Amino acid sequence: MEEETHTDAKIRAENGTGSSPRGPGCSLRHFACEQNLLSRPDGSASFLQGDTSVLAGVYGPAEVKVSKEIFNKATLEVILRPKIGLPGVAEKSRERLIRNTCEAVVLGTLHPRTSITVVLQVVSDAGSLLACCLNAACMALVDAGVPMRALFCGVACALDSDGTLVLDPTSKQEKEARAVLTFALDSVERKLLMSSTKGLYSDTELQQCLAAAQAASQHVFRFYRESLQRRYSKS
Amino acid sequence: MKETPLSNCERRFLLRAIEEKKRLDGRQTYDYRNIRISFGTDYGCCIVELGKTRVLGQVSCELVSPKLNRATEGILFFNLELSQMAAPAFEPGRQSDLLVKLNRLMERCLRNSKCIDTESLCVVAGEKVWQIRVDLHLLNHDGNIIDAASIAAIVALCHFRRPDVSVQGDEVTLYTPEERDPVPLSIHHMPICVSFAFFQQGTYLLVDPNEREERVMDGLLVIAMNKHREICTIQSSGSEMQ
Repeated sequence: MEEETHTDAKIRAENGTGSSPRGPGCSLRHFACEQNLLSRPDGSASFLQGDTSVLAGVYGPAEVKVSKEIFNKATLEVILRPKIGLPGVAEKSRERLIRNTCEAVVLGTLHPRTSITVVLQVVSDAGSLLACCLNAACMALVDAGVPMRALFCGVACALDSDGTLVLDPTSKQEKEARAVLTFALDSVERKLLMSSTKGLYSDTELQQCLAAAQAASQHVFRFYRESLQRRYSKS
Repeated sequence: MKETPLSNCERRFLLRAIEEKKRLDGRQTYDYRNIRISFGTDYGCCIVELGKTRVLGQVSCELVSPKLNRATEGILFFNLELSQMAAPAFEPGRQSDLLVKLNRLMERCLRNSKCIDTESLCVVAGEKVWQIRVDLHLLNHDGNIIDAASIAAIVALCHFRRPDVSVQGDEVTLYTPEERDPVPLSIHHMPICVSFAFFQQGTYLLVDPNEREERVMDGLLVIAMNKHREICTIQSSGSEMQ
């Protein structure tokens, strides 16, 4: 009989003042993560950022259809399902962004001719959805034991009409913002893996946002580390 | 991905255990697994855990024109999705049989039993009615999808609040949640499905089969009932029962 390895690490990391109103450009909403909550997928994680919550499940490395197999590395597939309605073009574009990020990080050459599938389900959307999806995907890949060269995290920031930077915007802040930028950063050297932006912004503003996101990603990676330490130190 | 096949010795073991009235997780033949219901931050969002089977339900509403032959009734739309997360075998092209069967059963259980008052969803007869859409996502498959889905659907419908509308002559005003508190749906009764797996023409019945028991069962009997002991739907599939 298999033992119940249902260790879930629920940690709330509070960085500065997590609740609204927030000071300009300093703090993220408080986040929580729970791993290994589903029994069927090889790895699963639920990531909460404020009120935004995404559930991720990973299957892999597993069998792949002959039409989709790549001879020297693993085929990575990302599926994002919205809560209401059928998936549309926005979901497809987010899937592609997340897939490109994962492919840059996952060591696919260790498992050629296999498939690694990441399935994401939006549980609630209150802003910074793409960043939350990236975080959930990373935690689920770690839970599944997929070999990666680094961890990655997603950070979103919004630019007001008067140029104030807000990290981890809520949906209200995203609607009123002039530009919303989402970055995926890697854990080794905080390099940029993926960026997706919407709206009008200048060159210097982009550099500012990137610097703020890199600073914020430190908190996220520290949270990952604490959460994994707590999970594995219990047993 | 193909489903991992069930080995013959595991199948024989399960059937022999059932003949001796024993279940693998230690339950009695008429025991249900533990149910855990949690709600999300939006109205109409709930997650139901029936043992390890997990279903996410979300209700949303929209103003649409009514069906031509039912001009004064609102529209109820159910959509159960077997997410690829739930089991490796649930690929987009491959699950149509099971999906159609489950969706149809959900519709019969909830729509045909008239548990929601559709007349109260009418805003302007013949022109604008509320369309209530229930989206159910199966997140983890450990048997008995239909029970978990029916619980999630009815819980989400009870939790949901639709925006308030007022009609004055020809003028229809739709209030935002900030202007006026949203209004709950009018629910007559709450039908819940209970599944029985039967073996050897009904000689052995198990309530709430888990995934392994579902693989070896002969047939499935689903009965939907409400608190007033009224039967809303019955469906029997698989081999015959005596």
